[in-house]
Amino acid sequence: MKVLLVDDEEELISAIAERLSLRGIEASCAVTYIDALYQAKIGAFDVAVLDVKMPTMSGFELKSKLQEICPDMKFFFLTGHGSAADFESASQDIGKEYYLMKPLDINVLVQKLREVTIK
Amino acid sequence: MIRLRNMKPSFWNNKDFGTGPFKQLFDYRRMWLLAVGFSLMFTLVPMLSAGLFDFMVTKNAMERELFQRTARLVSNTRRSVTFFLEERRAALEFIVRSNSFKDLKKPLQLSRYLKALQVTFQGFTDLGVINDKGIQIAYVGPFELEGVDYSKQLWFREVLLHGVYVSDVFLGYRQVPHLVIAVSHKLQDGSAYVLRTTIDTIQFNSLLADLKLDKDSDAFIVNQNGVLQTASRRYGKVMERMTLPVPEYSARTQIEEVTTDDGKWLGVGYAYIENTPFILLVIERKDDLMSSWYSTRTRLLLFMFVSTMVALVAIFSVATHLIKKIHLADEKRLVAMHKLEYENKMASIGRLSAGVAHEINNPLAIINQKAGLIQDLFLLKKMYAKDEKLLDLVEWILKAVKRCTAITMRLLSFARHMDKHISFVKVEKVFDEVLGLFGKEAEHRGITINVEVGNDIPLIESDRGKLQQVFLNLVNNAFAAMDRGGKLSVKVERENPDFICIVVTDNGCGIPQEALDRIFEPFFSTKKKEGGTGLGLSITYGIIRELGGKLTVQSIVEKGTTFRIELPLKSRSKKMENK
Repeated sequence: MKVLLVDDEEELISAIAERLSLRGIEASCAVTYIDALYQAKIGAFDVAVLDVKMPTMSGFELKSKLQEICPDMKFFFLTGHGSAADFESASQDIGKEYYLMKPLDINVLVQKLREVTIK
Repeated sequence: MIRLRNMKPSFWNNKDFGTGPFKQLFDYRRMWLLAVGFSLMFTLVPMLSAGLFDFMVTKNAMERELFQRTARLVSNTRRSVTFFLEERRAALEFIVRSNSFKDLKKPLQLSRYLKALQVTFQGFTDLGVINDKGIQIAYVGPFELEGVDYSKQLWFREVLLHGVYVSDVFLGYRQVPHLVIAVSHKLQDGSAYVLRTTIDTIQFNSLLADLKLDKDSDAFIVNQNGVLQTASRRYGKVMERMTLPVPEYSARTQIEEVTTDDGKWLGVGYAYIENTPFILLVIERKDDLMSSWYSTRTRLLLFMFVSTMVALVAIFSVATHLIKKIHLADEKRLVAMHKLEYENKMASIGRLSAGVAHEINNPLAIINQKAGLIQDLFLLKKMYAKDEKLLDLVEWILKAVKRCTAITMRLLSFARHMDKHISFVKVEKVFDEVLGLFGKEAEHRGITINVEVGNDIPLIESDRGKLQQVFLNLVNNAFAAMDRGGKLSVKVERENPDFICIVVTDNGCGIPQEALDRIFEPFFSTKKKEGGTGLGLSITYGIIRELGGKLTVQSIVEKGTTFRIELPLKSRSKKMENK
């Protein structure tokens, strides 16, 4: 399984990538959306984890662009905004499993990633 | 006194009219006084002066008419009296001119004249001729008066001097009032003689009796010493002194106002009758004559009084009503302004805390992942020995991050709900979020918080942010009221199919009754010195009403306070969403 992590906080995604690789999941980091689109063209990623709030392009916009390149790609969204109750109402549109809160529990992420790829 | 205080309008004691150049705009007492003062001036002054003017004019007219009536009466009577005396004098004059002294001295001739006079004029009692020595040389009449010497008497000198004399009334020998008329006649040789007659005053009296006076009026004749010459009704009998003072001499008819010793108000009309010692008096009792005026005056005064009262009541109530309205409007405006300010402040705080929370969240996420990575390395990589101590430390870092996360999440959640938005809300969850903010404080102060939620509490359609604000305020108040070791209990129960009920009870200091009555009033605060605005509960009350609910309070001093919120399951109107 190959995972693309996109967030403007490089330190955050690099730590997550390392932790994922320790758990046997291959992860690449992209700090900008250009980098992300470029990497998506080269490597075949199964899942992308996108920060909702990024400079110049939001996670949702990036999602649709990435979908054009790799139609089979699955998406997770990371957000630092809102309470648990908020997510419940907001994630009704996208589906609960695709929405993750910052700060992120790595075990939750791994579990979700496995769930999606098995499907 | 108590009732008067109750009648005082609410704005009367409003001392809080602020400062600055516009503070007079909020001095309602002054405003009221001005309104009442001006209205009174512009209504009562014209009304009262018109009334007073009318009063004076009517009174003067009445008095003048009365005077004129008296004056007419006096003049007419004077003419009659003068005529009466003149007639008799003329008769005597006729006799002396048409007869020689010699003839008149003859008793037969004299008695013929007396008879003729008695037939023609009535009242002639006797007739005498007196020579210039004052000796009565001839006399016909009921007495033996021939040879009487009048030379020393005053009247005799008078008649020689003026040619005619009319005496005061005196009681004759038969105790009948009489008066004497005498005329003198000069002979060619320079000597003179006098013809004298006595007339009883029955005729004289009947002259006055014919006047047809009111029963309270009086007409009589006095001499210049004030001795009554004819009978009066009230002021003495014939030959007595009258009880009124003798009026001053005047050639013409005069009217005077006299107040008697017993307080009667009299109009005295009088006239001196020329060439006689007589003064004619007509007395009218003004009190009685003016009685029709008095009833008019009473009616006029009553009307003025009633209309003044009506005007007063109208002005007072209209002014009070208007100023009350202004006061109310000002207060409402002030509340609205403060509410707006308060909401703006809350929104700013919300945005600020959201910004802070969001900014902190990102580094927190990094700390989280880095610490996680360290943990992973210790657990998964063989190259790092399993160091229990370091693992423990990492664990602590992660726990701290979790706590921070909880805080930032809460802050963000509050900020998010500043905007009005109706959605399905789980009440107990909102309450948990609010109580979470107080967790640490409760721990510090040893306050126990007990939340009981019924099993059948459904999601309700309401505004999450507003509910947070309400709960926050109530819990905040409860915390302020409680000392160490206080107990706060929150109960959420389903009241009936349409409402849920949230009861917040503390065992704090309680609220005294007089404060309880005003607790939801804006700007009512018992914590003004500690910076209370007096808006918290009034805004809370407003929000609950806006959400279609009800807020009630019960309190016992030193025992605690219970706030009870009823909330509808369904949002009352869609209007709120559009706001």
